[in-house]
Amino acid sequence: MRALLQRDLRLALRAGGGFGLGLAFFLMVAVLVPLGVGPEGALLTRIAPGILWLGALLACLLSLDRMFALDFEDGALDLMAVSPLPLEGVVAMKALAHWLVTGLPLALLAPVLGLLLSLAPQGYVWLVTALLVGTPALSLIGGFGAALTVGLKRGGLILSLIVLPMYVPTLIFGAEAVRRGAEGADALVPLMLLAAISLGSAAILPFAAAAALRANLK
Amino acid sequence: MLHVDDLAVSRGGLTVLEGLCFGLVAADLLILRGPNGVGKTTLLRTLAGLQPALAGRVSVDQEQITYSGHADGLKATLTVAENLQFWAAVHGQTVIDPAIAAMNLTALQTRRAADLSAGQKRRLGLARLSVTGRKIWLMDEPTVSLDAASVGLFGAMLRAHLAQGGAAVVATHIDLGLPEARVLDLSQFKAKSKRQGAFDEAFA
Repeated sequence: MRALLQRDLRLALRAGGGFGLGLAFFLMVAVLVPLGVGPEGALLTRIAPGILWLGALLACLLSLDRMFALDFEDGALDLMAVSPLPLEGVVAMKALAHWLVTGLPLALLAPVLGLLLSLAPQGYVWLVTALLVGTPALSLIGGFGAALTVGLKRGGLILSLIVLPMYVPTLIFGAEAVRRGAEGADALVPLMLLAAISLGSAAILPFAAAAALRANLK
Repeated sequence: MLHVDDLAVSRGGLTVLEGLCFGLVAADLLILRGPNGVGKTTLLRTLAGLQPALAGRVSVDQEQITYSGHADGLKATLTVAENLQFWAAVHGQTVIDPAIAAMNLTALQTRRAADLSAGQKRRLGLARLSVTGRKIWLMDEPTVSLDAASVGLFGAMLRAHLAQGGAAVVATHIDLGLPEARVLDLSQFKAKSKRQGAFDEAFA
C-alpha cells in the first residue's frame, strides 16, 4: 500500500503528472473574481468564504477523472486487482495521494488567496482549518465517482454530474465554518459537521468505490 | 494447483466457451490455442478472477495467481527499475535484479518506460511476472512485439519458472519452442448458438 502511495505521488510530481493544475485553477478563481465583481472591499469580504471554498472544490474536481482512468487504460488496474492489494486499500491510497497533491496544497495556499479577496482577518485560521478538514471528503467522494465512471471514454462529464450533488454538503458546511469564523461567531458546529462528512466518507466510500471498480473491470 | 470444472465463460453477455475441464499441476505449462475471438482472453480473465464464470467452477488459490494481459501496466514517467520495484513491493518482494537480467533489461534500468520500444516494454511487462513471486502465471499473448531472441529469453524465463515448481497458462499463436507444453485447442469448446432455443422459447 505504501508502495502505491509512493508511486502515485511520484507520478503526480513528475512532468505531466498534473500537480499544480488544481492550484493554478484555484489561483485563477481568486484573482479573477475581484476583477469581475469590482473593487468593493465590503462585498468581497462578504463573499470571500464562499468563493474560496467554491474555488477549492472545483479545483479538486479538475483532476478527479485521472484518479483511476490512467491505471485503467494502461492495464495497471487489472494487475492490481489480481495482486495482494485489496481494492479498498487501492482506493483509499489513491484518494490519499489525490488529497496530498490537491487538497493539502490548496489549504496551504488559501490564506494568500484570502488576502486577494480581502477575507476578514479572524477568518484565516478557520479557512485553513476548514479546508484541511473538508478537502479529504472531496478526494474520497471524487474517488467514488471516478471508480463509477472508470470504464467510460471521456467520463469526466458524467463524473462531474455524479459528484457535484455529493459535494454540496461539504461546500455548505465548509463555507459556513469560514463565514462564521470570519464574522467572529462560533464556527465549531459547521466544522464538526464537516469533519463528520470526511470521516464518514473515509469509512464508507472506499468500499463502495472498490465494488464499483470490480464491476467495471468485468 | 488449478482445476477447472465444466466452466462456461461469456464476453459482452454472449457465451463464448462452455464445457471446459482441465487441471494444472506444478511444472505444468498449458498453451491455449484458437482463432481470434474464440475466448482466450475471456478465459484467462475468468481464471484470474477478474470476471465471474457463467457456469462451472474454477478451483484455485487466488493468492498464487498473477496475470499479464495485452497492456503491461507500465508507467511512462517511471524508469524500468522503478516500475518493477513497484510491482515487487506490491507483492511483498524486494529482489528485482534476476528478473531484469532474465529479460535482458540491465542496460535499460534507468531509462524511462516512455523511451522504450514496444518490444522492450513487453520485456519489462514480462519481467514483472517473475518479481511477483507467484506460482501460477496467466499470460495473454506474451510474445506480441517480441523479436526471435526475446522470445528465446521469454522461453528460458518460463522454463526456469516451471523448474521451480511454477505453472503457467499461455494464450499464444506462435510456437514457444517448449516441447513439454500441453496444447488445448479452444475451438472444440466453442459455445453452440443459442438462437434456435431462444426462438422456440419465445413462441412456445
